[in-house]
Amino acid sequence: MELLRSSTVLRWMLAALGVVVVLSVLQELARPETIDLVSVGTAESTLRRAVPILLAGLGGIWAERAGVVNIGLEGMMVLGTWFGAWGALEFGPWWGIAIGVAGGAAGGLLHAVATVGFGVDHIVSGVAVNIVAPALARFLSGEVFSGRSGGGITQSPRVESVGQFDLPFLSGGELLGWGTPDLFGWTADQDWLLASDMAAVLSGITSSLSWATLLALSLVPVSVFILWRTPFGLQIRASGEHPVAADSLGVSVYRMKFTAVVVSGALAGFGGAFIAIEQTGVYREGQVQGRGFIGLATVIFGNWQPVGAFLGSLLFGFADALQLRDRTAVHALLLLAGVALAGLALRALLKRRHGSAVLLASSSAAVLWWYAVTDEVAGELPPITPHVVTLLVLVFATSRLRMPAANGLRYRRGQE
Amino acid sequence: MSVRRFALALAAPVCAFTFSIGVSSLVLMAFGTNPIDAWSEMLSYGTRLETFVETGNRATPLYLAGIAVAIGFRMNLFNIGVEGQYVLAALLAASAGAAVDLPPVLHVALIIAVAMTVGSAFAGVAGYLKVSRGVHEVISTIMLNAVALAAVGFLLRNWLLDESDTTLNMMTPEIPASGQFPHLNSLVETFTREITRGRELWGFLLVAVFVGVLFHVFLNRTRAGFDLRATGLNPFAAEASGADPSTNIVRAMLLSGAVAGLIGLPEVLGDAHKYDLGFARGLGFTGIAVALVGRNHPGGIAIAALLFGWLDSSAPILDVVGDAPREIVSILQGVVVLSAVVAYEVVNRIRRVSEARDAAVVVRLPVETSTGNTE
Repeated sequence: MELLRSSTVLRWMLAALGVVVVLSVLQELARPETIDLVSVGTAESTLRRAVPILLAGLGGIWAERAGVVNIGLEGMMVLGTWFGAWGALEFGPWWGIAIGVAGGAAGGLLHAVATVGFGVDHIVSGVAVNIVAPALARFLSGEVFSGRSGGGITQSPRVESVGQFDLPFLSGGELLGWGTPDLFGWTADQDWLLASDMAAVLSGITSSLSWATLLALSLVPVSVFILWRTPFGLQIRASGEHPVAADSLGVSVYRMKFTAVVVSGALAGFGGAFIAIEQTGVYREGQVQGRGFIGLATVIFGNWQPVGAFLGSLLFGFADALQLRDRTAVHALLLLAGVALAGLALRALLKRRHGSAVLLASSSAAVLWWYAVTDEVAGELPPITPHVVTLLVLVFATSRLRMPAANGLRYRRGQE
Repeated sequence: MSVRRFALALAAPVCAFTFSIGVSSLVLMAFGTNPIDAWSEMLSYGTRLETFVETGNRATPLYLAGIAVAIGFRMNLFNIGVEGQYVLAALLAASAGAAVDLPPVLHVALIIAVAMTVGSAFAGVAGYLKVSRGVHEVISTIMLNAVALAAVGFLLRNWLLDESDTTLNMMTPEIPASGQFPHLNSLVETFTREITRGRELWGFLLVAVFVGVLFHVFLNRTRAGFDLRATGLNPFAAEASGADPSTNIVRAMLLSGAVAGLIGLPEVLGDAHKYDLGFARGLGFTGIAVALVGRNHPGGIAIAALLFGWLDSSAPILDVVGDAPREIVSILQGVVVLSAVVAYEVVNRIRRVSEARDAAVVVRLPVETSTGNTE
């Protein structure tokens, strides 16, 4: 598997190191000062907030690799939040996750029946799922949660999370009842150049790690393996690239699309359950907040590849985490954006693309000016970074994106 | 032949609605409620004059939203961004209306013009991105929705706030009387009894009807409307006949956005006279539902908007009487949408097959295959 080849792993580690170095340099330079750009808390929060987006993104990839556009992800996540919270309340957190997954899968089944079974337009059906799901969640809350302590028509009583752990030796986790040293945490507390920042990030990722997060992260390699390394995955992707050809080779295209869309819903349901059980510890109406759509954005951002979607979800999780923790840290990122734009302008100049060089240079100047005259960015800006970044990627990098060839097209067996 | 066609066209929505009633009745029964009681309670409450007035008020923005979405749908463009377009338009129009002082009719006209321009410009971005960079409008409008809603929050908080207001409710300054839209109570009361005080039928209803008529005329009686429909049915044939796809895409998005700009105005002009945090959200998404159920046809959308409006305005009685939770109506609406699109698809297929068979009978040739998926 390419993902596990040592040179690839090395390259990824170097890239991650580079990101931390850039951020910690930025943290030193930024005025007004910030301490939360690279910290234990930010790293932990980034990972936690990335997980639901990642799961939605993986869901989008499964469906779209089979040729079915799933903008119903948002609704399926809503089902995941409700059923997840209900399951956690009735049977415990792990059952909650399982039932949330089942709820999302039911939403996926609905979408599959409409689009694959009846040939309804994918967008139309997805919109319909997004309308049905919140209505169902609200109705069920009124029936089930109202009258319980802390519950009501818009929220559930508090639920327990699945539990978390620290990695032994690296982050001071327990091993067979023995407390181990907290290597990363200790290094992070020293004031060593770069090394402490690096350790802080690693400590954030490896300490108080939720078991559900671990499960979600493992679904990235699992998805890569199933979709790219098994006959079943090949059949799914063939159904999304050229269903007629796949059919002529004996692939049961309908079954593949059905399966992929149900899996897609299940992943979205997991994402929803994660929000309710792990992030907030409660089901609350509207708590998905468009994460299904952001997941859809990571599908495009990541070029229909699970690893790409994972990187996208980390980026968007980072934006989400910073905005909640420290607004001056977000302001520091303006400096980074300004410098990056200036670099791109220089590159365009060297390539003799004068038009774009001028455009990039002036936007760089504008961003740097914005950085210089303000101390803080508006609170509305960070939450929409995923959306803006996605638009920019679509506008400037369309030629590098390649979606499945038959994505979004209606397929009827025996009709060309 | 035409009778059968008519029956088919009617069968789909009737089946969908009956099915939805059935499903929601089952849901009610599952939670130990008698569905007959709930429905009859709603029927008796829903046939009062006041509920009809409320239905009109709720149906007006839904109808405009449905038309805005349908303009795109008619040429296979999905304007998911109606939501962001109308909220941004309502905010800016309300602020503009409060900022100026004009004679009565002009004042309202200005507010309407601002709303339509803002909605149109914002939808135009998605149209431009599609024709110039090939960005699919579903993705771009979803992303732009978030941008619009964030912009609304930012503008309202920082620049457009009513400084004299001491409550915590963030709102724009109030529009003076010259910029308010008259209500239709006296018109209704000439035909019926007096309407309970405090309830007004918003005059913007007439504007919505006018927009519906314009939509019908535009689609069926103008060259641009023909090009738009033709591009939706078969872009290649339309291009060969001289309809430039890029022009049509941008035109459809601009028109759709302009109508989307109107959605918030019934409330802004007729009732609130300002934009505040309590402003109705989500109409853009319900508009998609209304357009789908109404088959993107001006008459069909009207029926769908009235149905949704009536369900919304007669549901509250369920909570009062305690027969059933009012949220059952949201489930009903959701199931209507889903089953309607499936039913239309099925009827479409039956019709295509039967048309192919009829055509084959006429030319006395055997049917080789069904007509394929030209949709």
